[in-house]
Amino acid sequence: MTASTPASEQPPGAGPAHGGAGSQRRRWTGTYLPLVPFFAYVSLFLLLPTFIVLVGAFQSADGSPSLENIGTVLSGPRFLQAFGRSVQLSLVSALAGAILGGLLAWAVSVGGPGGRLRQIAVAASGVLAQFGGVMLAFAFLATFGITGTVTILLKNSVGFDLAADSRWLYGMTGLTIVYTYFQIPLMVIVFLPALDGLRQEWWEASTSLGGSSWSYWRHVGGPILAPSFLGAVLLLFANAFSAYATAAALVSQGSPIVPLQIGEAMSGEVVLGQANVGKALALGMIIVVAVVMTLYALLQRRASRWLR
Amino acid sequence: MSLSPAVSAHEGRSGVSVQLAGLHRHYGPVHALDGLDLEIAPGELVALLGPSGCGKTTALRALAGLDTPDAGRIVVDGRDITEVPANHRDMGMVFQAYSLFPNMTARDNVAYGLRLRGMDGQARRRRADEMLELVGLLAQGTRYPYQLSGGQQQRIALARALAIEPKVLLLDEPLSALDAKVRRQLRDEIRRIQISVGTTTLFVTHDQEEALALGDRVGVMSSGRLEQIAAPTELYERPRTAFVAEFVGLTNKIRGVAQGGAVEVFGTRLPLLDGSATSGPVFALVRPEAVRLTPEEGAAARVLAVSFLGSVCRVQVELPGRELVGAQTSPEDAMQLSPGTAVRVEVQAAGIFAVEDGGTARP
Amino acid sequence: MTTRGRLRRSVARWTIVVVVGGYLLLPLVAMAEFSTRGDFGSRSLDAWIAIAEDPNLVEAIITTLSIAALTAVGMLVLLVPTITWTYLRAPRMKRPVEFLCLLPIAIPAIVLVVGIVPIYSILTRATRGNPLVLVFIDIILVLPYAHRAIDAGLRSIDVATLAEAARSLGAGWPRVMFQVIAPNLRGAILSAAVISVALVLGEFTISSLLNYDTLQVVINLLGKRDSFVSVAVSLAALLFAFLLIFGITAVAGGQRRQVEEPIEEGVA
Repeated sequence: MTASTPASEQPPGAGPAHGGAGSQRRRWTGTYLPLVPFFAYVSLFLLLPTFIVLVGAFQSADGSPSLENIGTVLSGPRFLQAFGRSVQLSLVSALAGAILGGLLAWAVSVGGPGGRLRQIAVAASGVLAQFGGVMLAFAFLATFGITGTVTILLKNSVGFDLAADSRWLYGMTGLTIVYTYFQIPLMVIVFLPALDGLRQEWWEASTSLGGSSWSYWRHVGGPILAPSFLGAVLLLFANAFSAYATAAALVSQGSPIVPLQIGEAMSGEVVLGQANVGKALALGMIIVVAVVMTLYALLQRRASRWLR
Repeated sequence: MSLSPAVSAHEGRSGVSVQLAGLHRHYGPVHALDGLDLEIAPGELVALLGPSGCGKTTALRALAGLDTPDAGRIVVDGRDITEVPANHRDMGMVFQAYSLFPNMTARDNVAYGLRLRGMDGQARRRRADEMLELVGLLAQGTRYPYQLSGGQQQRIALARALAIEPKVLLLDEPLSALDAKVRRQLRDEIRRIQISVGTTTLFVTHDQEEALALGDRVGVMSSGRLEQIAAPTELYERPRTAFVAEFVGLTNKIRGVAQGGAVEVFGTRLPLLDGSATSGPVFALVRPEAVRLTPEEGAAARVLAVSFLGSVCRVQVELPGRELVGAQTSPEDAMQLSPGTAVRVEVQAAGIFAVEDGGTARP
Repeated sequence: MTTRGRLRRSVARWTIVVVVGGYLLLPLVAMAEFSTRGDFGSRSLDAWIAIAEDPNLVEAIITTLSIAALTAVGMLVLLVPTITWTYLRAPRMKRPVEFLCLLPIAIPAIVLVVGIVPIYSILTRATRGNPLVLVFIDIILVLPYAHRAIDAGLRSIDVATLAEAARSLGAGWPRVMFQVIAPNLRGAILSAAVISVALVLGEFTISSLLNYDTLQVVINLLGKRDSFVSVAVSLAALLFAFLLIFGITAVAGGQRRQVEEPIEEGVA
């Protein structure tokens, strides 16, 4: 900030320019100085750690620049399989959550913005979406575990023992079912605004022109909701991909998915000196999530263009 | 059901007849429709006029099938359609705003109803273009609704409604969301198109200027019932109830005493119109253009303010009892009526409607 | 819509609510059942009472609630003035601020914790292992949700006009912030604070990998030993968060109903 800013570059909130370079600089400070604490804080606690991860991914154990971490990750079947499983888990739970959550959101939105059911559903979704991994894992253990409520119920009434193949809850199947659980409330929260955007007039216009329920959803409602729905699926995908706590609480042996492997690398359970491999894995996660979120942002912009 | 004489004058135009008989619709204690009877002749445009909550939109929606009445019958082209669902009624509807499908171009919007009827692509496109031409927006066919202005959107909505050659055209306050200038242009265009196509039309509005300008007949509604339905001039000159007299056009309420079929206002005895209160203290409803002002030294009334409205001037006059009266004059005459001028006030009219002193609106 | 159509839609609607809603409620009901099991099929509140009797658990609860409170306050102090300022005087900064606030979604906790180790080893040593230092990173985790709430609130009150009006009547910036804007943001502020508390209550990833004993970490450890108590305390935490959020939604909804005028047009 040594040279004065030319008049054409003055920030809009600054007002008309009069006086020389000194007053322009004062105005610049006056406008942007109050924002410094925020930027400083975020730089220290968000940008710096990210930077450390990014740089560390390209450093060997002694600190010298190297690609060996990347190499380890890309050549190791363990790691690649973990990415594959993470993607599969995230995709399946995102789709299942999006469909079930979407239907629930529709059912709730029908009553109008002031509906009783809707208020309860929104509040409940707000809580359940934050239903942290550990609590959720225990909830499912209490439900489907060896001594779980449903397990006992089924055993006593129908004779079917859910826990016979007791490992299922702790494997990929169980994880998928549990992940779907917390995707549903998130979907409700994210998708309700999109449903609100469907105007009553469109339905009535379609009907008065001779359309049935099916033709409305096929030609009007569906296409309008499609970008938002797809965007929601992407968001749910990113959400599942980044999740750590639930899996950490459920899976006791091995680290089948990427977040668990990062955790493993961090707690040094595996060979020391692999800490930077953790950073390479983290880099991989950032890339996947960043790509997904960019697509999401683009879809959002597309969706809002129509509905101006 | 036979048609009343006033209505069969439109026999010459194409289109079908519409009858609403004894429609009732209530939401809890509120009666949106309280025994509505309405007939529309083939090819006629009836404007339903009234304040918010009077039931006009409910009536339109009942006709469209978007709202089921609790009692009554709806007959279109001789057929009772009260039980027929909305998507089988073959009606075209234009909403107040936002009814175009945002994910389709203007042309696709217009062709939507045709596509539902199984028309093939080529024929659809031709008919859609024909309709776009009718509303003067052929060049905008490939645009999306968000790229069109409010007035353009409503014209496309009209094209869409007419594309399917509906039996009845329903317009639910289509101009209310537009700004004044566009409103007036579009109003004339809608009327022109309606006359050329000849479809029986029901037009709902709360703007009395619009209703009077557009309708072959205008029906004034209040609290779920039809107060009066007549040609615009008759409605204006011979209101049948106080509500109609006060709602349609501006009016003054002047104190007087009714006696023997007439009332004395500003020194002139004027005959009372049908339905007026016939004796005792009353409010006479006087139109501003019926008030004559003459500057006179020492007169009891004084000019308060003058508003210039283009072709006419509105003059506010204060009477001795602090009552206010609005008069209408030409700009030339208004030049002599600056604020503070003492004036003599007279009324010049063929007949006057009067209500009981202390009561307003509903008889 | 005809009565038949409306009936069909109602049936579809309530079927979905029952099925999906049922799926969501099932684990909660199971948790209640599980945690109240007594001997020989009776019901007992032993597990719940044991919560108060476990010193580790009680300490973890108090610690986590303190962290939650501090996080909420810290987030408000950091975000409300900042976002408001971008609305009032630095509109070009709105996008950058929003971007930074949404960045934690792309940089999830599990990744963040890897990079934050060097910073936190300094903090841990400086504070001798006080878990309250988690506040700093929790504020970051909360940014996306808090920003959404506060931004929505600012947009709905047209803050620029409010501030202009106050300034034209002679108010200085501090007065504008505290006496004009903040009171109108009450709903949004409460929303943001409640979401922060809910998030901190459920936070596990960073706490466990940095070796702090917050509520979720202790629940997890406890789970291996005594599943009944851990399920009970999980359900308790969930109910607490639900009451908080439901309370806020009710308060905010009540406020809004007072402000909006009844629309009569609907009947005409």
